[in-house]
Parts: sequence; C-alpha cells; structure tokens
Amino acid sequence: MYNTPRSITLFLGFLFILLLCYPLYGDLIFGSKSSFYMQKLTTIIIFAILAMSLDLLVGVSGLVSMGHALFFGFAGYVLALISPEYDAANIWIVLPAVLASCAVIGLVVAFLTIKTSGIYFIMVTLAFGQMAFYFFNDSDFAGGSDGMYIMMKPAVMLGDIQLLNLESKQTIFYTSLACMALVYLILRMLLRSPFGQVLVGIHANEHRVKAIGYNTNHYKIVSFVIAATLAGLAGFLAATQYGFVNPSQLGWHTSGYALMMVIMGGAGTIFGPALGAFVFEILHSFFESFTDHWLMLMGTVMIAVVLFLPNGIGGALLEFVRKLEKKPVQAQDGEKSDG
Amino acid sequence: MVEAILKTEKLTKRFGGLVAVDNVDLELFKGEVHAILGPNGAGKSTLVNLLSGDLPSTEGSVVFEDQELTGLPPYVISHYGVGRSFQKTNIFPKLTCFENVWLAAQSRQKTSMRFFRPARSMKAVESLTLSSLERCGLLHQKDSAASSMSYGEQRQLEIGMMLATQPRLLLMDEPMAGMGKEESEMLVSLIKDLAKEYTLLLIEHDMDAVFAVADRLTVMVNGRVLETGTPDQIRSSQQVQEAYLGNEGGF
Repeated sequence: MYNTPRSITLFLGFLFILLLCYPLYGDLIFGSKSSFYMQKLTTIIIFAILAMSLDLLVGVSGLVSMGHALFFGFAGYVLALISPEYDAANIWIVLPAVLASCAVIGLVVAFLTIKTSGIYFIMVTLAFGQMAFYFFNDSDFAGGSDGMYIMMKPAVMLGDIQLLNLESKQTIFYTSLACMALVYLILRMLLRSPFGQVLVGIHANEHRVKAIGYNTNHYKIVSFVIAATLAGLAGFLAATQYGFVNPSQLGWHTSGYALMMVIMGGAGTIFGPALGAFVFEILHSFFESFTDHWLMLMGTVMIAVVLFLPNGIGGALLEFVRKLEKKPVQAQDGEKSDG
Repeated sequence: MVEAILKTEKLTKRFGGLVAVDNVDLELFKGEVHAILGPNGAGKSTLVNLLSGDLPSTEGSVVFEDQELTGLPPYVISHYGVGRSFQKTNIFPKLTCFENVWLAAQSRQKTSMRFFRPARSMKAVESLTLSSLERCGLLHQKDSAASSMSYGEQRQLEIGMMLATQPRLLLMDEPMAGMGKEESEMLVSLIKDLAKEYTLLLIEHDMDAVFAVADRLTVMVNGRVLETGTPDQIRSSQQVQEAYLGNEGGF
C-alpha cells in the first residue's frame, strides 16, 4: 500500500535540492526581491507541512476535517502567550509545550468528534474551528481581533552556544525546510507501520476493519492527535516567522485553504499535498497580482482539478509514472467488480 | 458427549414493531457444521449479526466457550475467536489480495499501535497471511487487486480474511450467494475442508449444498426456530414440510 515509485522520490529530491539552493541563485533571478521571495517560500513550506498533516486525516484515514487550522492557529497563540514579553523564549521549553498543548486539544476534539462520520464529521470539526476562532477573536488576554505579537523569536541555545538564530530569515527558511522533510519522513514511516496499515483499511472499509478485530475509533483518535501535533509544528513555525498571531489563522478560511491544497495535490499521497501547497500559493500570488478577486480564479482552477485530475497532482504523477514503467499492476480494472 | 461451543438463550431482536429474531435458543456443538435454513425474511442474517456483534440484541444472551458475548462490539467478539464472512462481499477493493488478508492477520498481534517498524517486517503476520491465502485457495492470486478478481474469488478472499483472524467458530452468511455452479462446487469442497478444523454456522439457500455439508440444520420462520435436527430429521419433518419446504417444492 502506498509505495512511492523511485522516479517520484528522485523528482521530490530534485525539488528539495532546488529549494535548498535557493539562497545561492535567488539573488541572480530575483535581484533585490530575493529576500521577499525567500519569506514567501518559507510561508509556502509551512503551509506544505500543514497540508501534509491534514492529508493524514483526509487522504489516509478518510476523515475530512474542516477545522484543521484550529491547531495551526492555536499553536501560535500558545507560543505568544507563554513567551516572555521582552525576552526570547527558550525553544526547548516552548516547542514541546506548544506541541503538547496541540496534542491535548487534538485529543479532546477527536474524542468528541470521532464517532461521527461523513458530513457530520465535517460540520463538527468546522464548528470546533469556529469556536476557537471566536474564542480568540473576543478575548482580551489574547489581543482580540488584532491578535498578539511575539517580540523576540525563540532562542535555540545549547548551553551558552547559539545553535540557530531564528531572527535571520535564511535560518527560518532552512529550519522550515528541514521540518517539512522531517514531517514527510514521519508520515511515510507511519504509513508503512502496522498503525498506518490499519488507517488505510479504515479509509477503504471501516466496517470490515471492525469485523476483523480492530477498535477503529482508537486508531482514528490517534491519527487525529498526530495530525493535530504536526499542524501545531506548522503553526509554531508560522508564528515564529511572522512574529504575530491573529484569529484568522484559526478560522475556516485557513482550514479551507489547507483542504484545497490537499485536494489539488492529491489526497492520500502525502507528497501530493505538499506540492499542492506550492501550486496553490504560487497561483494565489499570481492571481492576486492582477485582481483582488483571486478566489474566483482559484475556484475555477479547483473545479478544473476536480474534473480533470480527480486524484490531484500527486495522483496524476503516480499514474504517469506507472504508465511509463508499464507495470502490469492493475491490468484490467474494467470488469464489473464493485466491493 | 457433545460439547456446546456457542449457546444463545431467548435471543431477540426487534426493529420497532418488527420482531426479526424471536426468542431463539440455539446450541452449536463443537466441530459441527450447523446450517440455518429459512425463507427470505426469516431472520437468518439478523441472527448472524447478533452473534457477531454487528447488531445489539434487544433481549437474550449469547455465550461462546463460557464467555458472555452479549452486548460486546464486533472487534472484541472477533478476538474471542468468532470469525464471520458477509453476505454482501465486504473486502478492501483497492488493495491486493495479500494486503486484504494481511490486515486481518495483523489484527492478531497484541496491538497495531506501532508506529516505527515497517509492517511488512513482521514475519509472524506474513506467515499467517500466506497460510490463510493457501487455505482459501488464493495463494497464486496474492498480488492481484481485489477489485480485479472474479466474484467467486472475492468470496474466497472473504473467507481467507476470516481465517486469518484465527477463529474457532466461523459464521458464514450465504458464502455461495450469486455463485455459478462450478464456483459453488469449489466452495462446497472448501467448506468441507474447513469443517475438519472449525465449527461452522452456515446460512445458505442452496439446498443441495446445505444437505451435502451440514451435520445439523435449524429451520427458521418469521424469526422463530421451527425445528432443529439432522438432515434426515429435517427432511422428514411434517412441520418443516408444511411451513417451508412444501411451498417451495423442496426436494
């Protein structure tokens, strides 16, 4: 189940190296705008982490969450709230605290939503996301609709030695890139593990998975908590990069964008949603450069993707590679054989 | 002395006003093939669903090997040693035959909440998967996508998945439904082979098949047990003739 063909791994590796070398050629291509584009790329990389974490729910476990940004924004708020006001926070304390709080909130939300399915799951996760949005939007302690500032970025120290200076744009860029690679590898490992096999089964036919002896709710809850924690990592990076958080980061718009990235990129492929994040955000910038109504154009693209690439960019790539390799994997699927 | 492996007492399932299963007392002996007969709507499938935990019973109890099963969910019942196959093919169509059975075999591990090791490195699961595939006759097909196999093979796969959960009692809901003659014959011999090792509860419409494999039969009508006995007893029972076989012209 879900083996990435070698050629796709090579292709992903190539893209990764392209990103890795951006500081080398950025100035040559974009000149004085190079630094701006590096920040833009950092934002996209962080969205790619969010989209991959959502793919664990949507594409792998079959849980379509419309409230995934809750954990993304919540992580930023936790960081802002626990950071000292005029001093840099210690990353070895704040990062685990942020991830743990996202895991706990994820567990609570999962516990209350996991018994629903289909449209009800979508509505309940949406409701939780909006609850969180209004909670922070109307809060005095967290700056209301203005949000909060993180004056000093977390310090990454080992004893007295500074390992990373997160005030530097380039360091944030590389840190995010490393986190993206790490999250990708974690998710791949999960998919191959016994746990991941059960999730794939749940997505395909939950009733049958119960019948062969799995308590499917437990597996769904754990996958929800993992996805929430990884979304929290993305939120932590985003808040560190921007230096502020506001309620819109937890709202349903952000959740919706993440879901669009997953669908555009190809649900269930893990690498697809990361590509989806890049395509989505690059199109976003492009459309926005000539109209404020960029969402209308994006909607058109979404409709085209759903119609012509139902398995997203990732799915299309996989199919293309399989055709090239001419592996007789599923030679005839046309036989009438519905499960 | 025969030993009961499964016993139901006054097992009842009501759907609103409809009594689908009505005070059923059933006893399965260890090692037997017990078939349940009855016209459509007699409550046979509902009975199986009550035994496997897919439906909660309204009243009554189910005891399997001295273990009370009443009210337990299907995944717990599966671990107590009751396997089931479904009337409507219930597999993972997009996965290969091997992957389908693998998932069932993996459920016999202490837990599947393991995140780091690749699943495929678990040798015990692999050998259980392969032996179950061999038993159900699909070893040569193991890398085919389940959705690309013939209907009969999908029914076999259903049985293979059930066997991989290492059950002692098999609940088989119309394993031959919709099969051609040749496929049915193959399945009858598979069931005869399974009967050597397992206790079977079989729901089946195909009379020839039922009388060929069953040690005992229970005839149900309108949710109630009409009669239980050996094939000969059932064949000669006046009551059964009138209520069921007579109308259909049975034998």
